[in-house]
Amino acid sequence: MQDLKQSAFIAFWFMLLTFPIMVIRVNTIEKVVQWRWMNLLTVGFGAFILSYLWRFLMLRKETKVASVKVTWNQKLMSEKRYYLPFAATVLVLTSALPFFVSDYRVNILITAMIYVVLGLGLNIVVGLAGLLDLGYVAFYLVGAYSYALLNHHYGLNFWLALPLGALLGAVAGILLGIPVLRLRGDYLAIVTLGFGEILRLIMENWNAFSFGPSGIANIDRPGIIGIEMTRTQSTLFMYYLMIALAIFTIFVVNRLQDSRLGRSWLALREDEVACQAMGIDKMKTKLAAFALGATWAGMMGVIFAAKTQFINPMSFTFLESAIILSIVVLGGMGSILGVILGAFIFILLPEELRAFSQYRMLIFGASMVLMMVFRPQGIISNVRRSYEYHESP
Amino acid sequence: MDYFFELFLGGLTRGSIYALIALGYTMVYGIIELINFAHGEIYMIGAFTALIVASLLTMAGFKGLAVLALSMVVAVIYAGAYGFTVEKIAYKPLRQASRLSPLISAIGMSIFLQNYVLLAQTSDFLPFPSLIPKFGFMAPYEPIFSSSELVIVSVTATVMVLLTCLIKFTRMGKAMRATAQDRKMAMLAGININRVISTTFVIGSCLAAVGGVLIASHIGQINFYIGFIAGIKAFTAAVLGGIGSVPGAVLGSLVLGWTESFVTGYISSDYEDVFAFLLLVLILIFRPEGILGKSRAQKV
Repeated sequence: MQDLKQSAFIAFWFMLLTFPIMVIRVNTIEKVVQWRWMNLLTVGFGAFILSYLWRFLMLRKETKVASVKVTWNQKLMSEKRYYLPFAATVLVLTSALPFFVSDYRVNILITAMIYVVLGLGLNIVVGLAGLLDLGYVAFYLVGAYSYALLNHHYGLNFWLALPLGALLGAVAGILLGIPVLRLRGDYLAIVTLGFGEILRLIMENWNAFSFGPSGIANIDRPGIIGIEMTRTQSTLFMYYLMIALAIFTIFVVNRLQDSRLGRSWLALREDEVACQAMGIDKMKTKLAAFALGATWAGMMGVIFAAKTQFINPMSFTFLESAIILSIVVLGGMGSILGVILGAFIFILLPEELRAFSQYRMLIFGASMVLMMVFRPQGIISNVRRSYEYHESP
Repeated sequence: MDYFFELFLGGLTRGSIYALIALGYTMVYGIIELINFAHGEIYMIGAFTALIVASLLTMAGFKGLAVLALSMVVAVIYAGAYGFTVEKIAYKPLRQASRLSPLISAIGMSIFLQNYVLLAQTSDFLPFPSLIPKFGFMAPYEPIFSSSELVIVSVTATVMVLLTCLIKFTRMGKAMRATAQDRKMAMLAGININRVISTTFVIGSCLAAVGGVLIASHIGQINFYIGFIAGIKAFTAAVLGGIGSVPGAVLGSLVLGWTESFVTGYISSDYEDVFAFLLLVLILIFRPEGILGKSRAQKV
């Protein structure tokens, strides 16, 4: 009874709240008012049902005891006899996939894999080192524009641009990192956001250099010398290239995590002061995280420019940074498997939801909120090493 | 010199609007250390609500100041209600969570609200009636400083004084300051934290709505996306002045407004945003606590 009353109240509140925006639509030019009362009923009914769901989930979240049991994904990731066959199966499946789906789908899969790598790169900065970077897209922009411009003016080859993009990304990371890394927490977030916006705005307005909002077209796709490729073949080629790059990234990030540097990132994330006391050079460690994160972004920028063959500043807005960050956080900060899953869900699901295309950003926003409220550790939580003390018998 | 003066006044108006939004950011940040990304959206919703109410009233035959006052009141109430609800849904369950979770939740909320208005209303720019009447005594100055600019500046100044009084002299203000200093300790002293935080959100949202209505009426058009840019600019202003400080937010907003105005006037309007962010980056690098912010010693 109590629940019913509360839900009824919530439904009433939301009907009241959404009344002007959901119900009334005024056409100021023709002076016509459109009253959409059905929307009001929908909101009321929806709020009523959702409030029950909300309470149920809240109750479950509160009563759930923190368990230390080893979950399936931890087992999968940490024991060789599980993850080797698992990785092999995934590899075979993904390699075979392009033969069963259309070109269009393959293109989307390439995009998804670009985001996997971007997510893993940002994961170094945010997940491991705990530095909140809201302008990650800036490094992506650096990579994309450096390839696009060099290709446009000097016909630079893709294979040269790929390492160059990575290098320039890293340089940009260090150049930005030196002045801003002394800032703490949210300030760092805002400065990186500002930096990302500055780069995008410059690209948008400096017509002589970057061709402004109209962007750069006809960027070369990667090829092999002496072989002419059709459109389908070159897409296929990009797909396999991306698989290779994704595997390379996963390998490197995984190794980094367990390295001396990776350990110091984790330590820095947990407690800066204690970390310094242990003799870790704070600045160097942070810079390394920034530069290594930016490297992947720069590299993916080159891939992105080559894939779409056209770039303009609109591809590098703050929303892009927000999406990459969401992939990392929703997937599970610090967890490689989580970031990969997150990227696929984020990129593929909206594509599959084309039928609801109007609603997908709405659903996207709502799921970000709900995910944070009910499962803040992400889809797959990070495998944290823990040591237990056992009394010797 | 006249040109300089014109730009100066233009910057003052801009800064006043930023200040109305920046205050919400700074208050929320001061209390729960959260960058409320959805704040710009509240400002946008305020402007939309005002547009709807004003159009209805105009069609019903109301005129002039009555329309402005009524639509302003409704917009402020609704924005407050939205602010309250957003806090309850997206931030309150995350009080104990790590720093990143509320931030992501805020970004999600911002995307949600934008698309909610986009779907329920329209994606086009809507013309906004100029609700602020032209005063007779302002006629000679109109080309440099219009009546609506005068209203914007004076409303902002009034709101600022009221807010300062609220924070300095009332019980609620005292509770707010206590909560900002040390949430746990304030709780032990018998302050209802949830109510203080809710009030902060509501006040901030109301101020944003005032800003939304005034600027929409001044510029003459709105769409669902205006909140995002305004939000980022206002946040920049809040950080510039020293986040968490009320006079800081106002000063930061004015500095930002003048910077943009002069850059637009003397260099090029293409680069006003670049300079705004550049200013932010430079200030944060050389004075991370902002112009008026106090640097707090880090506790170990």
